[in-house]
Amino acid sequence: MSDMRELYQEIILDHNKRPRNCYVMDCATRSADGHNPLCGDVVKVYLRIEDGVIEEISFQGDGCAICTASTSIMTESVKGKKVEEARELFEEFHEMLTGVAEEQGVEFGKLQVFEGVREYPVRVKCATLAWHTLNAAMDDGDESVTTE
Amino acid sequence: MTTDTAPETRTAALDLESIRADFPALHQEVHGRPLVYLDNAATTQKPRAVIDAVRTFYERDCSNVHRGVHLLSQRATVAYENARSTIKSHLGAADSREIVFTRSTTEGINLVASSFVRPRLAKGDEILISAMEHHSNIVPWQLLCDEVGAKLRVIAIDDDGDIILEEYERLLSDRTKIVAIVHVSNALGTVNPVRQMVEMAHARGVPVLVDGAQAVPHLGVDVRELDCDFYVFSAHKVYGPTGIGALYGKREHLLEMVPYQGGGDMILSVTFAKTQFNEPPHRFEAGTPNIEGAIGLAAALDYVNRLGIDAVAAHESELLGEATAAILDIPGVRLVGSARHRASALGFVMKGIHPHDIGTILDSEGVAVRAGHHCAQPVMARYGVSATVRASFALYNSAREIDALVHGLHKVREVFG
Repeated sequence: MSDMRELYQEIILDHNKRPRNCYVMDCATRSADGHNPLCGDVVKVYLRIEDGVIEEISFQGDGCAICTASTSIMTESVKGKKVEEARELFEEFHEMLTGVAEEQGVEFGKLQVFEGVREYPVRVKCATLAWHTLNAAMDDGDESVTTE
Repeated sequence: MTTDTAPETRTAALDLESIRADFPALHQEVHGRPLVYLDNAATTQKPRAVIDAVRTFYERDCSNVHRGVHLLSQRATVAYENARSTIKSHLGAADSREIVFTRSTTEGINLVASSFVRPRLAKGDEILISAMEHHSNIVPWQLLCDEVGAKLRVIAIDDDGDIILEEYERLLSDRTKIVAIVHVSNALGTVNPVRQMVEMAHARGVPVLVDGAQAVPHLGVDVRELDCDFYVFSAHKVYGPTGIGALYGKREHLLEMVPYQGGGDMILSVTFAKTQFNEPPHRFEAGTPNIEGAIGLAAALDYVNRLGIDAVAAHESELLGEATAAILDIPGVRLVGSARHRASALGFVMKGIHPHDIGTILDSEGVAVRAGHHCAQPVMARYGVSATVRASFALYNSAREIDALVHGLHKVREVFG
């Protein structure tokens, strides 16, 4: 049970219940669809990028608590960041989840709550779907991305 | 709901303790909890008898079939053909030559699509399936329809998960070239009135394929009583190895059918000018077959028959009834699939909690279930969900394991507040 509390921390449950930035953005300059074919999770990420900065980000989707919370917290984490900074953050976040890199003193802020997902390899894709989709949107790809 | 004091054995005919002792994989801990394996619709655990049969083949009889003059090859051939005969008896077929070994249920359906339906399908013809099919009984027909310009028609199901027979009657027509219908739904647990559906199709001269992947483990199947034209199933869902399955086809059909794949074992003679094909069933078994798989499958069916499929069905039906009542007592639980006649599978959702989160939390309690679309996305769409949780029961499951499931679902509610 305590393990489950480590995975499903309060902040994750809160963002799952009340996802932030969850709306269709009419003035989006870019968007992309993400899909996890193994479990059926879907997410659409909308961006308004001005001068290389993510001025506005929102999403719509249907997924598990990890996926929904990860998407919601991602939107908060990258809003106001430069595109390159967002990409770097994803790389570091991905390394945290897959355990590739040791602690390097990266400041994850709220994203740190997903550290517990590392213990559940099948759920890592739930936490990274939104980020893959964000990458695709920043690439301005019209094609949908999948976790496979 | 059952209590902690519920006895392990409720069905007099099944000695659950001794049955569970036959399955080595059941006796392990996962995440520090005793394993409660309720993902039997995905695959079943294997009894010692099956493991030993496969091991004996490799340790004593390992050889190729149908071609050696030496003793080991003769033993292998006898074991392989005896396995065919075991399947024939189990399905109630008249003749072992009506049993074709395949890799899986999926391959059986593809074989019938290629060798039986394709040659008789023309543009504008129709293939009839139901709204509760597994992807394996949808996609082969879609591919064939696309190739020929035929049309795939779908029989609607009602809110409980029963086929709407009036719809079926209405869709059957002179254009229908085959009906392909699941016997027991993997996602909903519905047991379809297959005998009646075959009769309705035959009244119009339409042949019927039955997907028995989820039926053979849970019901007595008699292909002559059903009068179906084809019946397909997989070994691994009935306590046998993966990678092996069987197709039953009426002899008159098999004799007319063109080969599925070319290669060794399916020929009588080969010259560069012309090849003479072997008789069924060998015509449809190109290449060295899965010999140990066939032997393992026969051992699995022998195991089930020693217990008696009726006793197994009664035990599982009791478990399913208890589990259904128990989970409906949990606030926020909704069944997906509540047909009049169900077998093994219990599909459900919990309000506000995604099935994958339920699956992860149950796993942490040692309870293995399936969470997802169960390779039946159209079924999920029909009920307006993206996924469900599915607990599916087998002959070795006990009332205590239902308690563990219910306990786990209460944990889910605790975590999600």
